[in-house]
Amino acid sequence: MSSMLEIRWHGRGGQGAKTASLLLADAAFDSGKFVQGFPEYGPERMGAPITAYNRISDERSPLHSNIYEPDYVVVVDVTLLDAVSVTSGLKKEGAIIINTNKSPEELKPKLEGYTGRVYTIDASSIAEEVLGNRSLSNTSMLGAVVAVSKCIPEGKFMEDVKTSLNHKFATKPQVIEKNMTAIERGMKEVKSA
Amino acid sequence: MAKSIRERLSGNEAVATALKQINPDVIGAYPITPSTEVVHYFAQYVADGQVDTEFVAVESEHSAMSVCIGAAAAGARTGTVTSACGLALMWELLYVASGHRLPMTLNVINRALSGPININNDHSDSMGARDSGWIQLYSENNQEAYDNNFMALRIAEHKDVLLPAMVCQDGFITSHAIENIELLEDADIRKFIGEYKPERHLIDGKPLSVGPYDTVQFYFEHQYQRAQAMIKSKAVVKQIFKEFGDLTGRKYDLIEEYKMEDAERAIVVLNSSAGTAKVVCDQLRAKGEKVGVLKIRLFRPFPAEEIAKALSHVKAVAVMDKADSFSAVGGPVFADVRSACYELANRPLMVNYIYGLGGRDVPVENFFKVYEDLNEVIKNGKTGNIYRHVGVRGV
Repeated sequence: MSSMLEIRWHGRGGQGAKTASLLLADAAFDSGKFVQGFPEYGPERMGAPITAYNRISDERSPLHSNIYEPDYVVVVDVTLLDAVSVTSGLKKEGAIIINTNKSPEELKPKLEGYTGRVYTIDASSIAEEVLGNRSLSNTSMLGAVVAVSKCIPEGKFMEDVKTSLNHKFATKPQVIEKNMTAIERGMKEVKSA
Repeated sequence: MAKSIRERLSGNEAVATALKQINPDVIGAYPITPSTEVVHYFAQYVADGQVDTEFVAVESEHSAMSVCIGAAAAGARTGTVTSACGLALMWELLYVASGHRLPMTLNVINRALSGPININNDHSDSMGARDSGWIQLYSENNQEAYDNNFMALRIAEHKDVLLPAMVCQDGFITSHAIENIELLEDADIRKFIGEYKPERHLIDGKPLSVGPYDTVQFYFEHQYQRAQAMIKSKAVVKQIFKEFGDLTGRKYDLIEEYKMEDAERAIVVLNSSAGTAKVVCDQLRAKGEKVGVLKIRLFRPFPAEEIAKALSHVKAVAVMDKADSFSAVGGPVFADVRSACYELANRPLMVNYIYGLGGRDVPVENFFKVYEDLNEVIKNGKTGNIYRHVGVRGV
């Protein structure tokens, strides 16, 4: 099988981790890839830890299981570092991307000895500034993931994600441009140690 | 070859799209997780005028199936969608539909039956309905779920069959997973499914009764006829799979034999985990191990001959059941596969695994373990315990 990229998202119910994983699947699909985007459903309630997954590949993947050895882990809610083993199985050649106003160095002690790359992005602040709501961090996290993983060429991604947002927010067109700004800032402001 | 449209849809979106393209006369439906989205989407199509369907929002699944039965008896093209306890509440009517030889399609988005209550995937719902006289097709992914809908409709409506048909797929695992899919154009679908013209129905102007008391003098004969229809349906299924293959290039058979030609060890499995089993099979093949996967696509009628032939040269077989039948000797797929092989001159050693109940994830490790266990079985020359579990704690 040709190379396949596997991404695991950690968030809390209501923060849009599932939506971000589906937007990434959409954008990767538009760039010509085979995709999977699926959530793992636990108790469906606001605030409960949830997991979502992406597989992105050049050939269809027949795998229908969760992802245990991801190339990238995305943490939408930094408080999960104290609650869930987010680095479990994460490949050391891969990276973890965390939504926080702290630096990668400050968070490393919480990553259970993970030796791969650590990225941070203050997606909640971007969400507050651009969208007026700290909890809408998922779109800037999406931008950060594309910038770090390079799973889709950036220019192509910006075109494709716009199409997806137009579709998703067909009845709320006023939020499309703001989300595009949030994505762009996520791509630019993500930083590593 | 028909034109193909590249898309990405979840399994539920794929089913809703298929139903939109079929544009049935009547849908009676009541939402239940994880099939709810299909009902949402379809209600939206109705509200937006994208279909001509009479959509009947009912107060229970018992009524949803009753609506379909009434509509089918009146000559309508009809169907519904449900999961788990919703299917259980239809139980009485499932037999009424098939017993009256009423064609319709039912998408079952497989989910565990209560109790204790669980909303996640296994096959206890549709496996329990396996003896209700319905055709049953199983789908590995969104593409098969989509394609099976068109074929199921043609099979059900065929004059040699006239039985309702279920299309099953795994709840959440495929119903809520976005994956690539190739869609067909409406015009090609219209042509493939044709217009539904039943020979007789309640409102064709000629007197007809549907559903009166069937006396001792006739009931047995009617059951015999239903069983004969199920026997005849296998040839019809093959013919319609072939027609669909000619149209789309997607060639389906009653079973899918994956690297089975020279396989010494085989896993028999249906629905989404067949894909995961194939990945494990590929990895073991790369190391030179002679392993294969036999995926069952058609479970009713049961393709006993085809399965026996595919397993006739295999040394050891593991049959996977995502439902227990609580017979204390194995699950429903196992019972049928083992029975199918009874007449073989060289019967393979065969064991059963209950797996993935109530949404327990089925990772590649499960299948590596099962193939490894089959090595032991071959080495020992006997099965040992046939009723096994994989992926459950404390075993």
